[in-house]
Amino acid sequence: MNGIIGAVLFLILAPIAGGLIAGIDRKLTARMQGRVGPPLLQPFYDVGKLFEKENVVVVTAQNFYVVAYLVFIALSGALFFAGGDLLLIVFAFTLAHVFLVLGAYAVHSPYSHIGAERELIQVMAYEPMIILAAVGLYMVSGSFYVADIAATTAPAILYLPGVFLGLAVILTIKLRKSPFDISTSHHAHQEIVKGITTEFSGSTLGQIEIAHWYENVFLLGLVYLFFAWNPVIGVVAVAVTYVAEVFIDNVTARVRWQAALKSGWLAALLGIANLAILSYMMIGGA
Amino acid sequence: MAFLKRSPWILHYDASSCNGCDIEVLACLTPLYDVERFGIINTGNPKHADILLITGGINELNRAVVRNLYEQMPEPKVVIAIGACAATGGIFRECYNIVGGIDKVIPVDVYVPGCPARPEQIIDGVVAALGILEEKREKMAGGAQMKEEARHAEEAGEST
Repeated sequence: MNGIIGAVLFLILAPIAGGLIAGIDRKLTARMQGRVGPPLLQPFYDVGKLFEKENVVVVTAQNFYVVAYLVFIALSGALFFAGGDLLLIVFAFTLAHVFLVLGAYAVHSPYSHIGAERELIQVMAYEPMIILAAVGLYMVSGSFYVADIAATTAPAILYLPGVFLGLAVILTIKLRKSPFDISTSHHAHQEIVKGITTEFSGSTLGQIEIAHWYENVFLLGLVYLFFAWNPVIGVVAVAVTYVAEVFIDNVTARVRWQAALKSGWLAALLGIANLAILSYMMIGGA
Repeated sequence: MAFLKRSPWILHYDASSCNGCDIEVLACLTPLYDVERFGIINTGNPKHADILLITGGINELNRAVVRNLYEQMPEPKVVIAIGACAATGGIFRECYNIVGGIDKVIPVDVYVPGCPARPEQIIDGVVAALGILEEKREKMAGGAQMKEEARHAEEAGEST
């Protein structure tokens, strides 16, 4: 029963929370650059506007894929907040991005295709690490179920510092922040126009934006799991992680895709090293 | 709801300007003027843009590009011609290759004079354009509603 309530709350509240987080993000970024910045509710104005605009469709399939992307992102987040199986969540999450890539490939635009290719590279870069994070949380709590992991009394972060650092690296990829904002970025329009979202406009772009809000809330939830033994520390850690991501976004330049891929896999190596030491200690202790 | 006025995304194109006005357009985005305060984002994609900021007098080579950019922008949209060249061709007016003003190729909604136009003037022009953008949105919504009603009337007529 708790699970269903969690899922429903996520589906209703996550877009609101995600939009507010995006607003805080933009305000914070502006302050770091010595600007006043847009109002806190700016992301909501943007999405509201996108739904007022004409929806230019090149190929009808593209909008279908974006709906699938939104549905699967929302599904993986809902499963997460319902306390579901972390592995299933990771796979649903990956499938969602495959739909986005397919949507971008459905259109015959070179910029859209470059964005789609780079998105695939990003998926390759973060996928090993995100699965290792699930495995690490399993090793500490003895369960793949989010509900059990959240209820565990062991401080996961103390067992999994390497996994957490690795997750922080791929979090930069997932939040579409510099230096890994290679598939789409507001700042990259000289090279790839808008990358993967180039050919989406109006309400379809609005749906991508809402999916991104869902995604961000889900990812911050994943960060929280590492600190779940103490909710206060958990919330503070999530906030600190996010501010750190915004800071990194502002002090780094976009890297090439090779560097993004290497960074993602180096992060995974760090995670594997962490898990190896942990399993050695566990066997030694037993 | 009028979200459009709170979130105008801009496409900036240099249609053979001397780059003077372009520097001033970009100056609007710097911390000094910070147009993101008004939700303005400089997007490089016509399909995401609401306002086309265009400088220069257009030459024979980029005439088709300007036309294409304009047509790729989803409705409602406005065009702001920035600087003397964008308005009339300016000092390049007599050149053999200059078309002589943005409005020779696409409809212009706001003219911002100056050589180069100052950032304050450009922001003024964008604010004026927001009013026009809102008007166009209402017209578009009204048009869609009229179409819908006409369709319903037609269906009702067919069924009787």
